[in-house]
Amino acid sequence: MSTASGPLDGIPAAEVPDVELYHPKSWLTKYVFSQDAKIIGIQYSLTATSIGLVALVLSWLMRLQLGFPGTFDFITPAEYYQFITMHGMIMVVYLLTALFLGGFGNYLIPLMIGARDMVFPYANMLSYWIYLLAVLVLVASFFAPGGPTGAGWTLYPPQAILSGTPGGQDWGIILMLASLMLFIIGFTMGGLNYVVTVLQARARGMTLMRMPLTVWGIFTATVMALLAFPALFVSAVMMLLDRLLGTSFFMPALVEMGQRLNHEGGSPLLFQHLFWFFGHPEVYIVALPAFGIVSDLISTHARRNIFGYRMMVWAIVIIGALSFVVWAHHMYVSGMNPYFGFFFATTTLIIAVPTAIKVYNWLLTLWRGNIHLTVPMLFALAFIVTFVNGGLTGLFLGNVVVDVPLSDTMFVVAHFHMVMGVAPIFVIFGAIYHWYPKITGRMLNEAMGRLHFWVSFLGAYLIFFPMHYIGLLGVPRRYYEIGETAFVPASAATLNAFISVMALIVGAAQIVFLFNLAWSLRRGRPAGPNPWNATTLEWQTPETPPPHGNWGKELPVVYRWPYDYSVPGAAQDFIPQNHPPARAAE
Amino acid sequence: MPVVIALVLVAVGSVAFHLLSPWWWTPIASNWGYIDTTLIITFWITGIAFTAVVLFMAYCVLRFRARPGHKAEHEPENKRLEWWLTIGTAVGVGALLAPGLIVWHSFITVPAEATEVEIVGQQWQWSYRLPGRDGRLGTVSARLIGPDNPLGIDPADPAGQDDVIVEGGELRLPIGRPVKVLLRAIDVLHNFYVPEFRAKMDMVPGQVTFFWFTPTRTGTFEALCAELCGLGHPVMRGRVVVVEEAEYHAWLEHQATFSRRLAAVR
Repeated sequence: MSTASGPLDGIPAAEVPDVELYHPKSWLTKYVFSQDAKIIGIQYSLTATSIGLVALVLSWLMRLQLGFPGTFDFITPAEYYQFITMHGMIMVVYLLTALFLGGFGNYLIPLMIGARDMVFPYANMLSYWIYLLAVLVLVASFFAPGGPTGAGWTLYPPQAILSGTPGGQDWGIILMLASLMLFIIGFTMGGLNYVVTVLQARARGMTLMRMPLTVWGIFTATVMALLAFPALFVSAVMMLLDRLLGTSFFMPALVEMGQRLNHEGGSPLLFQHLFWFFGHPEVYIVALPAFGIVSDLISTHARRNIFGYRMMVWAIVIIGALSFVVWAHHMYVSGMNPYFGFFFATTTLIIAVPTAIKVYNWLLTLWRGNIHLTVPMLFALAFIVTFVNGGLTGLFLGNVVVDVPLSDTMFVVAHFHMVMGVAPIFVIFGAIYHWYPKITGRMLNEAMGRLHFWVSFLGAYLIFFPMHYIGLLGVPRRYYEIGETAFVPASAATLNAFISVMALIVGAAQIVFLFNLAWSLRRGRPAGPNPWNATTLEWQTPETPPPHGNWGKELPVVYRWPYDYSVPGAAQDFIPQNHPPARAAE
Repeated sequence: MPVVIALVLVAVGSVAFHLLSPWWWTPIASNWGYIDTTLIITFWITGIAFTAVVLFMAYCVLRFRARPGHKAEHEPENKRLEWWLTIGTAVGVGALLAPGLIVWHSFITVPAEATEVEIVGQQWQWSYRLPGRDGRLGTVSARLIGPDNPLGIDPADPAGQDDVIVEGGELRLPIGRPVKVLLRAIDVLHNFYVPEFRAKMDMVPGQVTFFWFTPTRTGTFEALCAELCGLGHPVMRGRVVVVEEAEYHAWLEHQATFSRRLAAVR
């Protein structure tokens, strides 16, 4: 073999010898204090789903109030603000971030790149347990004197720590900030793991440009989270100091209810800058894994290579980088220097270009594909619809002057729910229907899946599309009730009631999904190792579900990119990544 | 097939809802018609993009759905097509951004002849301060706020002596005159929002923010707080009454000035 054109061209020798993993000695260390990334991923997912159900119930309660104001006496204004705050924070941080990075990241990264596990399994285990602690502290605030904080999920000071806001002078805000700090500590342990694992533990032949887009999405999002969360961490520390020790990081001289407070010289805007320096990348921390995963769902179920793979990778990286210079588009009417508006509107609208490229490439993957309308594919299609809708309304809010009449109205609520609530959650659903067979060895029930899809897709669209127009009327967000005003026609109350009824129905449809998850565990059709005929490595494991260590005796070797679907001349319509090319000489 | 129908319904239904539903913005009462125009342009461009994407998806599902004997085409990339789409998108985005930035420039450029009025937010009511005869507002400080001096006007500043303070009532403005609204908060964030004026801005304790506009229609307009400010946020309402200029001056004459107020207390 003197020529360089052998089939193993580009496959380096293993640099790092295969390492011996920690072997659990008891049931407790195997399933509870587990160091297996797959178990940790499942633990993350179950915890995130559980706390997500709390957020779902909270959304029901707030919709009951908005749809039928004055009907439900048990929802007081204080509780309403506590519900919206906890709903928002749970959904953004404790559900979406935890599920995409902690859940899917842990389960999929080692399997998809051909590693045995994360590189720091012990820190990975700690990551989950600290996350669980963060969730418990958050839940504790519901039972603390004064209840949880009602400052809105953005926690803007000064109101967040003053007595006019529920939990401001009680335990609510303290527990909220403590929980966030714990979450960030836990996430950092996991996040460093995901990054180092992707960079250091890939199988032979798994070059960066052969990684599935799922891994690219989760990897880039994790790098972003490691850079963005510290901003939230320091602002949480500073606000805690303001609240507990009387410092004035965010507190200027002010008079509250006739009482002059002892603060002086702080800046409420400083908090907003720190918060959104975290908060805007956070949107993409949720979106990029969704982008990656949906790319793989579409490609697999349309039996066609992802269109423009390199462009897709670069779009992920560019969106990730740009998302750090757009944060103040959340602050156009915050009172910051108005000249910032020019800069942030420009950067914000520039982000639309790589994002649009991703949408085109998903569409062009469907085009001339062989589209199997499986449940994962249905959710992927629903993602494109809702994401494009929510992304386009982002062009309203990003374009500074157009944002002025719309900011702080229900239009904003509708926009961000569509783009970072509904759309990523559809990807989560699609991903669960897609990977459940690998995780459990059984298929999810198809009929229940379709029912779940149709109610969720049409229902969620009917909730959030009309909601934009309530904002356009001028109804502000975070209003316990709007009451009678000249600029809101009476018919808007009917629309609000309709939205609330849809929200109850869509919420109830999730029970079907949860039942399906439990039911299929025992009764589902056996899946076999690769039910979707997919190319990526996780479907090529010797056993399903994969055991600790994933690969049995030998690690896989990767010979091709992950999108060899419907290759002309191939025997099947997919070629797995670890399938060696036929030798030309033979 | 149900998927194709659903996608077409989503596209057509959204457009129909937009065009036919009774829920649209309240008629404008300020000079910011440009903002409405920019919004309409944005609706058109994004509406066309959304409809095109969803209908194209419906077409793909219909035309390229899996059936016996059908096979997908293998085409890793198409540089030409990708570049054309990128350029097309960049042009569309530029078409949105350019008018947006131009209007933003006029939004933040206050005309020299604008009169200053001040709106102060506190949990959970609005107060207003109008310049008296001298046309200037006196300096203020949060340190000076007290029962006799709810807005913290500096008693030593001559410009503040004839300032008119309206607590919790309504703000009167003359029609057709540009106003620079100075915004202050004395406890937490607030945001003075009159939907008919289109403009809004947060009030931030510790600093003075502003926006400007010209009322173009007489009448009474409801003001709301648009930045979460605690429990009373949704009931923090005020009113702006836009009147003819002569009527405004007649009204202003009858208002108690800051110095008269102080004298009355003493």
